[in-house]
Amino acid sequence: MIESIAQQPILAALIAMVGLGVLFGALLGYAAEKFKVEGDPIVEQIDELLPQTQCGQCGFPGCKPYAESIASGDAINKCPPGGQSTINAIANLLDVPAPELDAEHGEEADLRTVAYIREDECIGCTKCIQACPVDAILGAAKLMHTVIAGECTGCDLCVEPCPVDCIDMLPLTEGLKQWHWPAPQNQLDIIASDRSGHEAPSNEGRAA
Amino acid sequence: MRSTWVTPGGVHPPENKHQSLTMPIGSLPIPEKLLVPLSQHIGAPAKACVKVGAKVLKGQKIAEATGAVSVPMHAPTSGTVTAIEDRPIAHSSGMSAPCIEITSDGKDTWIDHKGVADFEHASPQALTKTIADAGIAGMGGAGFPSAIKLSPGHRRPINTLIINATECEPYITADDSAIRERAAEIITGIGILSHILGNPVNILIGIEDNKPEAIAALEPHVADTGISVVSFPTKYPSGGEKQLIYILTGKELPSGQLPADAGMVCINIGTTYAIKRAVVNGEPLISRVTTMTGNACGINRNYETLIGTPVSHMLAHSEFNEHACSRLVMGGPMMGFSLTSAEVPIVKTTNCILAPSYSEIPDDEPAQACIRCGMCAEACPASLLPQQLFWYSQAEDHDRLEAHNLFDCIECGACSYVCPSNIPLVQYYRHSKGEILKAREEKVKSDHARERFEFHQQRMEQAEKDKEAKRAARREAAEKAKATVAANAGTAKEGTGPAPGSAADIIAAAQARAAAKQVSPEEQQAKFERSIAGAEMRVQMATDKLVETNAKQTEDQKNILNAALEGAKQKLEQAQARLAEHVKKHSEQVK
Ligand code: SF4
Ligand code: SF4
Ligand code: SF4
Ligand code: SF4
Repeated sequence: MIESIAQQPILAALIAMVGLGVLFGALLGYAAEKFKVEGDPIVEQIDELLPQTQCGQCGFPGCKPYAESIASGDAINKCPPGGQSTINAIANLLDVPAPELDAEHGEEADLRTVAYIREDECIGCTKCIQACPVDAILGAAKLMHTVIAGECTGCDLCVEPCPVDCIDMLPLTEGLKQWHWPAPQNQLDIIASDRSGHEAPSNEGRAA
Repeated sequence: MRSTWVTPGGVHPPENKHQSLTMPIGSLPIPEKLLVPLSQHIGAPAKACVKVGAKVLKGQKIAEATGAVSVPMHAPTSGTVTAIEDRPIAHSSGMSAPCIEITSDGKDTWIDHKGVADFEHASPQALTKTIADAGIAGMGGAGFPSAIKLSPGHRRPINTLIINATECEPYITADDSAIRERAAEIITGIGILSHILGNPVNILIGIEDNKPEAIAALEPHVADTGISVVSFPTKYPSGGEKQLIYILTGKELPSGQLPADAGMVCINIGTTYAIKRAVVNGEPLISRVTTMTGNACGINRNYETLIGTPVSHMLAHSEFNEHACSRLVMGGPMMGFSLTSAEVPIVKTTNCILAPSYSEIPDDEPAQACIRCGMCAEACPASLLPQQLFWYSQAEDHDRLEAHNLFDCIECGACSYVCPSNIPLVQYYRHSKGEILKAREEKVKSDHARERFEFHQQRMEQAEKDKEAKRAARREAAEKAKATVAANAGTAKEGTGPAPGSAADIIAAAQARAAAKQVSPEEQQAKFERSIAGAEMRVQMATDKLVETNAKQTEDQKNILNAALEGAKQKLEQAQARLAEHVKKHSEQVK
């Protein structure tokens, strides 16, 4: 054995390398099967960042489908409820530049809203229940309906189907509990030498 | 003397404490109206348990604690409840919150109350309950319900009780003057705490060495009690819970840990006085010592102030000069906040009202860019990197902020104090903390919405599948019926021998369809027989009726009945004929 290796070093090396290749290949193949990740992790990660309002303003029937579309290369600035902060977060995740919100899909609202049914006007048509993506409306045919405010995402989808227009979107008022310090007024340069967004001081100014 | 440890960072702002220490603790006349906010503490707001118009006595409970972390509120004086509504309160937002307004009757009549003098014989549980019922919440600033701190429950046993008498912030002397005048009662209060906590080995009163009078006042009372008064060099901020624990014990609490996790309880010294009054005298927390100071006031001193006293009332009795005052601050100059209105009430956590002149606290100078001098990092008592946090706060980089322990920042303001560029660093941190907490809350909400949405999707899919399954079942049944009939038709046609070919097939299929529409011959026969039986019965009934009524009825009625009988007979005949026809056809078919 040793003799034959000594006699045929090239062949022995070849056999050794091929053997190692086969071994590691098998190992990797096994690992790929054994530790397989279910689903598409990037879609899940993007979906985590979307606001889950499920409003469809992005042009997809819910946040998950939009997440899938982003994962396959769609623009990341189509979600008005998420606004700039969501765009930034997704840009950060995907390591791409963060664009402005695409105005075509709507504007970022300042306040969250929740649906409110004017109950004595409700005719019990159940149309809003069918429209609600998160089952936040309670009611039965020909009986008064109501919105469970805590479950409502403010997606607006129930307003349109109501035949008697008895659903209002009310802004969620900010109470003491929600209040927190506003950011200081004037945004400062981060450090004195950081002239981002400014013209570099030119020689002209100095000459004058 | 016990050794002490030195915290990192810290600053030495001008103390300005002497102004308010020239006079003993005074008292103010009872204001006409007192405003008791329902939320003066950390936790759930209390719930009003009196109605507008109710007469209340001093010390009567006017609001109940709600939930585990909450404290009740008591009437600060006797009088009438004149309103329960939202009023501006002392909060950095300047917002309104529910308050109970009491119009004083000027008599200041106490409700019946009594305490227990020999608290050593009371059970810790009973004492803790007394403290909870007295509405005592940490009076040093945070306002955490004291009774909760005292019942550490399943946590490790307490071996160290730390009494915080640091009062490190400039201008404030509320604790200092209280110690000077009430040392005996304070020590009794500490005795109560010690009894509740099962007599911890170490009882330490941490006090800065800029209060020699207070230390001297405490010394005679602590002899032979096992309580040590530990003084340490003055530096701002030493009064933070974590900082004080480090100074006194050399132990560093890891981020996110409570003192109780390390077997310690930390209580403000003003709170120990309130605890003594609650347990021994049976008085709930309805007043506190508050410092009134600043150059815009002619009188600088401490007052025993009723909770709910409007700040304006205090100012009116302190020769306040509105034009000289640059701003009204609740709390001290480092950690306090500006008031938007002087009508807000004093609450359980108000240790100071500061009315500085323009020269004392000038308006904020405009902030400049950060020059990376690093002075803020040197001043930070929590060993954070303030300029780095500022950077991330501006960039709204929440992950990095948390990674740099933003939540360990005690908002002491030491960094802003030293910053040569006047950057309002603390406000950035407060803003970012708020944003992060909000984001966390929204995350919980959106996760919940995702779950509901997914469930909704699943439900819709299931409903669709069910519908589809039903449809499929119906189709299958129809096909089966068709097949049997086709088979039947096939046997019937065998004799005649239909010509092979598509035309014949189509005819056969059409016949099969027609046959499928019909029920099987046996069933049809049964149906006919049933209808004959029914018709027979009707004929019988009509005959009976006719016979019965024949004797007494008029001609008309007889006619009607006869007609009915005739009709029934006809129907019977028809049915019999149909049956006969069917039987004939069927037998032919079978042939
Ligand atoms: S636009 Fe509406 S549905 Fe689309 S991702 Fe945003 S919240 Fe979800
Ligand atoms: S109640 Fe209306 S607005 Fe709220 S989630 Fe349902 S459909 Fe959207
Ligand atoms: S405010 Fe926060 S960051 Fe600034 S010095 Fe105090 S603990 Fe440090
Ligand atoms: S003290 Fe102010 S200027 Fe200096 S590094 Fe800190 S933030 Fe920047």
